[in-house]
Amino acid sequence: MDRLKLVLQYFQSNSESISNGICIILSLISVKLYTSFDFNCPCLPQYNKMYALGVMFVPPIILFLLGVLVNRHTGVLMEEWVRPLGKRTKNPAVVKFLLSSVFQRSLLAPMVWILMTLLDGKCFICAFSMNVDPKYFTGIPNSTGLELIKIMAKVPCKEDVIFKNSSFRKAVSRYVRCYSQAIGWSILLFFIFLGAVGRVLKPCFNHATFLQTRYWSNYLDIEQKLFDETCVLHARDFARKCVVQFFENMREDVTVRMPLSSALRLSTIHNEYEEEEEEHLHGITRQDQVDHLLQTWYECKPELDVTRMAYKPKVCITWEDINGKAMFSEV
Amino acid sequence: MDKFRMMAQILQSNQESFMNGICGIMALASAQLYTSFEFNCPCIPEYNYSYGISMLVIPPIWFFLLGFVLNNNVSMLAEEWKRPMGQRRKDPAVMRYMCVSISQRSLIAPAVWISVTLMDGKSFLCAYSMDLDMSEFGKNVSGYGLSQEELLRTLAKIPCKHIYDGQHILSREAASRYINCISQAFGWLFLLIITIAAFLIRAIRPCFTQAAFLKTKYWSHYVDTERKVFDETCTEHAKGFARICIKQYFEGISGEIQSFQDNLHGDDSDDEGDKPATDEDKLMGVRRLDTMNKVLWDWHTCKPPLTLRKSGDASTGQNGDCSINASKNQNGNVCDKTDLNEGQNGFRCGYVNPGLEIGQSELGKEHNNASFSTEQNGLTNRHSNASTSQNGFMNGCVSSPGNTQRKAWAVYYSKV
Repeated sequence: MDRLKLVLQYFQSNSESISNGICIILSLISVKLYTSFDFNCPCLPQYNKMYALGVMFVPPIILFLLGVLVNRHTGVLMEEWVRPLGKRTKNPAVVKFLLSSVFQRSLLAPMVWILMTLLDGKCFICAFSMNVDPKYFTGIPNSTGLELIKIMAKVPCKEDVIFKNSSFRKAVSRYVRCYSQAIGWSILLFFIFLGAVGRVLKPCFNHATFLQTRYWSNYLDIEQKLFDETCVLHARDFARKCVVQFFENMREDVTVRMPLSSALRLSTIHNEYEEEEEEHLHGITRQDQVDHLLQTWYECKPELDVTRMAYKPKVCITWEDINGKAMFSEV
Repeated sequence: MDKFRMMAQILQSNQESFMNGICGIMALASAQLYTSFEFNCPCIPEYNYSYGISMLVIPPIWFFLLGFVLNNNVSMLAEEWKRPMGQRRKDPAVMRYMCVSISQRSLIAPAVWISVTLMDGKSFLCAYSMDLDMSEFGKNVSGYGLSQEELLRTLAKIPCKHIYDGQHILSREAASRYINCISQAFGWLFLLIITIAAFLIRAIRPCFTQAAFLKTKYWSHYVDTERKVFDETCTEHAKGFARICIKQYFEGISGEIQSFQDNLHGDDSDDEGDKPATDEDKLMGVRRLDTMNKVLWDWHTCKPPLTLRKSGDASTGQNGDCSINASKNQNGNVCDKTDLNEGQNGFRCGYVNPGLEIGQSELGKEHNNASFSTEQNGLTNRHSNASTSQNGFMNGCVSSPGNTQRKAWAVYYSKV
């Protein structure tokens, strides 16, 4: 139980690891899907190839599209790509980085499927059993009166009667499966090699630019998440105030509201809860204000400059001696 | 058990993931239902097709409707659609968004059923075994001396392993393999089509109407939150109402009044932030059956506008007639901190002692009652002369000029 919690916590710690987690889950789904799929070769010369290659390539396309769909970065990427310029310039390197990361993650599950089909061999046998030259194998059942190609097309089907007492079928299957597994292992080796070389050589090219683009793509992701969270909190406080206001408007006794004079105000201790609520509203208290805010967020994204909020000018008093040398300063 | 609790916690962390959780559970339920369902093809020419196709089509419709039933947002959507305009206009884009998101979630379980059925192939085999083209298998139909009807009957028995008697005509395995292969091809095609559709909707959508989308997403979430907050507030109100009602009843019987305690004990605590709202505050001034009924009625028929009052504004009754029942604050206590705690930054001084409140219902709705209570002590020089009119509107009595109020703010903040 604790282990599961730890694992979940780790994966939720940042958005990169969430994407990795989803990517791994999708690959596991792909494995499960393959094992539970009932492969059903038609064993007919005109349909074998079509069926087998369909099963080998259509699910990877589906898994790839699913991987792109489920990835959070896709939304960030599309939004950054199509937004109007606003007050913030666009950085094409960030968009390219996000795109490549989305593609890389989405390619994992399709590759797992393709490798599984190759290593298992059923698809290959179904597709290419007709291309095998039978004269290398003994025991071909030529007493049934069927054409050669039809016999070869029936090789993937175990329970067919024509192969009852011969080892021909098994021999041909083994031969084709051996090819299929060889191709599978070489593809795997190729991709692992490519990945290793890529990782090793990446710092040699534009590492500083890479650090920048990675930072800003992470920033965009976090910014979008925080914006959504802020909207949620704002909506909650807006709703609460609206409802309380609604109730209070039905009051039965008169309420005299008057602005507090400054003397009394200074001695008032603010209710912390109230202050927190007001803070969430950020002064946005009307429907048209909210609409304007949301419209501007997309159409005129703010500039990346938080000096005004982060650094408030502080008054600093400095005591200097006759020569102008600072002796003591106090903020 | 612990695992379930954790899953439940994760799923309930926010509304969206809860809905996704329900959606996932229904998809799993649909797959499980299919595997545990015993498919029973009749193997009779007249009924095969209807059985096979209905197994493919009717459970998805059922799952789709079930998805609507289980989704909480359906009632919210219906409410938003049917409510009278009130003081808040309706936004058709928000309703469209809610409808689309509900439908999207409800479509997942049916899609799972259809794809599992097609991948498995049994229902396809049952429905289409009679339409098999024998020439695919290289068989000459007329060579077996069967009439059309008998051939159909034989073909209809293909899905049933144990009663098939046409092995000499056509191998059952070959035929079922062929039809299964077509069924699986349809299944993968179906999955591909819906994945492409989902991809186009989600990944390409930001290219169009992104700003409008942000708006509708916010307001639909707002409607949901508001409904929840309203229900919570009503519950709190009911609790406070019940408590005070019972207290009054007991006091009425015992003849004693002992209600000064709970509003004055707050003086001792320096910690203002954590003082819980008393029952009186929870009532928010709504103290009677008909007032509460009006609250609940107006919530649907006349929804309030989406505008929050700024802290210094006078509270003018916005919901039609507000009957002013002014009661004097007899003990003339200082507007102490307890009164300032709740409400808009301590401006609300409308607190009425519960002791006097008992008498209030006896006073009834006396619109002409001209005495009003100002709980504000003489510190402020902005006394209001509240003129209570028959209709109960306080017309501009408290001249709350924004300027002085803003100045107060300015003075306050510059001293920080």
